Amino acid sequence: MSTLHTVNKSPFATKTLLSCLNHASKGDSILLIEDGVYGALKGSELAEIITTKAKDFSVFLLAPDMKARGINEDKLIENIELVDYAKFVDMAAKHDLNQAWL
Amino acid sequence: MKFGILISEGPYTHQAADSAYHFTKAALENGHEIERVFFYHDGVNVGTRLSVPPQDERNLQKDWSALAAEHKIDLVICIAAAQRRGLLDENEAKRQGKDANNIAEGFRISGLGQLIEMGILSDRLMTFGD
Amino acid sequence: MTDTVKKFLYVNRKAPYGTIYALESLEVVLIGAAFDQDVSLAFLDDGVFQLTKGQDTKEIGVKNFSPTYRALGDYEVTKLYVEKESLDERGLSEADLQELVWEDEDDDYAEKPSIHIISRKEMADLMANQDVVLSF
Repeated sequence: MSTLHTVNKSPFATKTLLSCLNHASKGDSILLIEDGVYGALKGSELAEIITTKAKDFSVFLLAPDMKARGINEDKLIENIELVDYAKFVDMAAKHDLNQAWL
Repeated sequence: MKFGILISEGPYTHQAADSAYHFTKAALENGHEIERVFFYHDGVNVGTRLSVPPQDERNLQKDWSALAAEHKIDLVICIAAAQRRGLLDENEAKRQGKDANNIAEGFRISGLGQLIEMGILSDRLMTFGD
Repeated sequence: MTDTVKKFLYVNRKAPYGTIYALESLEVVLIGAAFDQDVSLAFLDDGVFQLTKGQDTKEIGVKNFSPTYRALGDYEVTKLYVEKESLDERGLSEADLQELVWEDEDDDYAEKPSIHIISRKEMADLMANQDVVLSF
């Protein structure tokens, strides 16, 4: 059983991403969408803790939301995979459960 | 897969209704079914017939109505949330003694049970909110 | 459909009154009770504030809906999980929460607590083992 977690808020605005990382299980995927994409920025004061906590999971970023916000791929922390909406749907279907962190 | 989509935030103020729209379109393009789209909290406001967004911007209500018509999607607005926020269909307006109704084409007002039923009938439930 | 029983988890992470999510989440739970699913409620992060006792809303002019949690037992919603770390972070303990009970008809209607204080790890396990997660 694995879960696809979606996080749509910036970790600089709320603790939602950290809470998600604290509750995900090994093998889960975490998809950053909407303002959640800011959670993937490298060099931020949260980048280290996010990278550390994310080690047990696969982290993805919704590319359309990243592009909308003018974030370049080279500004991201390591091991983040970019996806489009088609892949988002795929992931939602492949995981047994979807949990939105609002 | 049968997807159930829950939209918990209002149009324009939050991106939820947009993200849900793009997800739903992609799901349909990939051959999945949409069991239902349920609008809760401020999400009920997506279903107003009276919004007039700027011409050069997307029209969320029209987009959802059109998608629903094309793919026969069940768009359900929660009655309790709708009553609080002033979204009424013709029947509700009459019942409540209001002088107008404002629900858009393709949306229907129904009870919260439809959300639970969506959870039971869908293979996957997606939530787009804040 | 009536034969399908799924594990539903309602996730509550927001404080009451400042926003409507706590109230409207509870309204889903009450309606949902009629569907005889396997229902659990999770309270973590600011969601733990929803269950504090002594809420008096007179001076802000909104309905105090905290008594509704006491009715959950009658709706056979008997599994309310509150995260310990979230309580600790907020300087709260179980003593700050309402005492919620349900009557076990299989045990001579003995009153049993509905609230279970669990660890973050247990909360993660609870979340992982659901069929449907509704977040508010």
